[in-house]
Amino acid sequence: MPVSIAHSQLIYTALKQCDVRLLSALPETWLVHLVALGEADPDMTLVWLAKEEEGVGISAGAHLAGVKSAMLMQNHGLLASANGIVSLAQLYRIPLLMLVSYRGELTEPLLQALRIPYERLEEPHHVASRIRKAQTLAEAALRPVALLLCRDLMWEDDT
Amino acid sequence: MRRADALSAIYAELESCVVVTIMGAVAAELYTLGHRPNFFYLEHAMGLASSMGLGIALSRPELTVVVLDGDGSILMNLGSLTTMARYRPPNLIHVVFDNEVLLSVGQSFTTATASGSDIAAMAAAAGIPRTSTVHTVEAFQQTFREALQAGELTTLVAKVIAEGPASYWIDVHMLENRFAFQRYFRSLRPPTGLG
Repeated sequence: MPVSIAHSQLIYTALKQCDVRLLSALPETWLVHLVALGEADPDMTLVWLAKEEEGVGISAGAHLAGVKSAMLMQNHGLLASANGIVSLAQLYRIPLLMLVSYRGELTEPLLQALRIPYERLEEPHHVASRIRKAQTLAEAALRPVALLLCRDLMWEDDT
Repeated sequence: MRRADALSAIYAELESCVVVTIMGAVAAELYTLGHRPNFFYLEHAMGLASSMGLGIALSRPELTVVVLDGDGSILMNLGSLTTMARYRPPNLIHVVFDNEVLLSVGQSFTTATASGSDIAAMAAAAGIPRTSTVHTVEAFQQTFREALQAGELTTLVAKVIAEGPASYWIDVHMLENRFAFQRYFRSLRPPTGLG
């Protein structure tokens, strides 16, 4: 089965290099190692949510208060967050760095409909640069940006 | 009690706090008392004021954060009570003005608190350490001051009459409010408490 520990570590390290100090998340199989890294890190505030939309409010508060954050969610979480993304983050020009596990075919059309720029994280070699670029875009343009965590990156081959 | 009177009774204390309000009547009535750069009026995103307050409280533990919420708003995001309780920031005071209606829509559109749903009881059951429901301005002022002194996560429900302000006009554009609010934090010392 296994979710890749090495690639989860790669993503986590890239977030740390972006000075992300607050992570919000909901438990989800693909994210288990990522959130475990956050929990074990004394310099990270990890916030478990009841529903992903809360994370939009938390990240908005953190941003205005001067703290960089990221949101870890499943594609369902993106759907559950849509109102907050539009009515808080987009209307108030709040940067959001959203890492979304790519598990459903509606994910990309939804991001396009919401006019959220996104990139896929598929290969280990581009993880750090794409996370850095996404955060730079979010912070410079003051808008939500998504990174799609793809199966090829998140899972190890069974063979 | 009238919500405007309740706000007036704590207005002096709010000067040294960071304040996030919901939209509509609460925002307009606070604005009418006098806008300050540490006041943020969350328009549109109904339900997320408590989440924003939590994000600020976790990011800046040296500041006292006051969320001025409403019954309709918190009912949209009840999970937030459990998330606040889970992290229990001691510097967060969550005030809920409960008028039992969706006032901006009309007096006849009641919320579930009109038929007995008890927000303070739900907050307590969620694990918020200090909760209470008050019915008079005097009790509200006293309980709010006690919460400030206690330094413990509090949900304070103020039962208020369903009455809105004469005008909902706020002469601070939402983006102007947003950038000035962010600048207020920058004018303080940088965040140190996280992690």
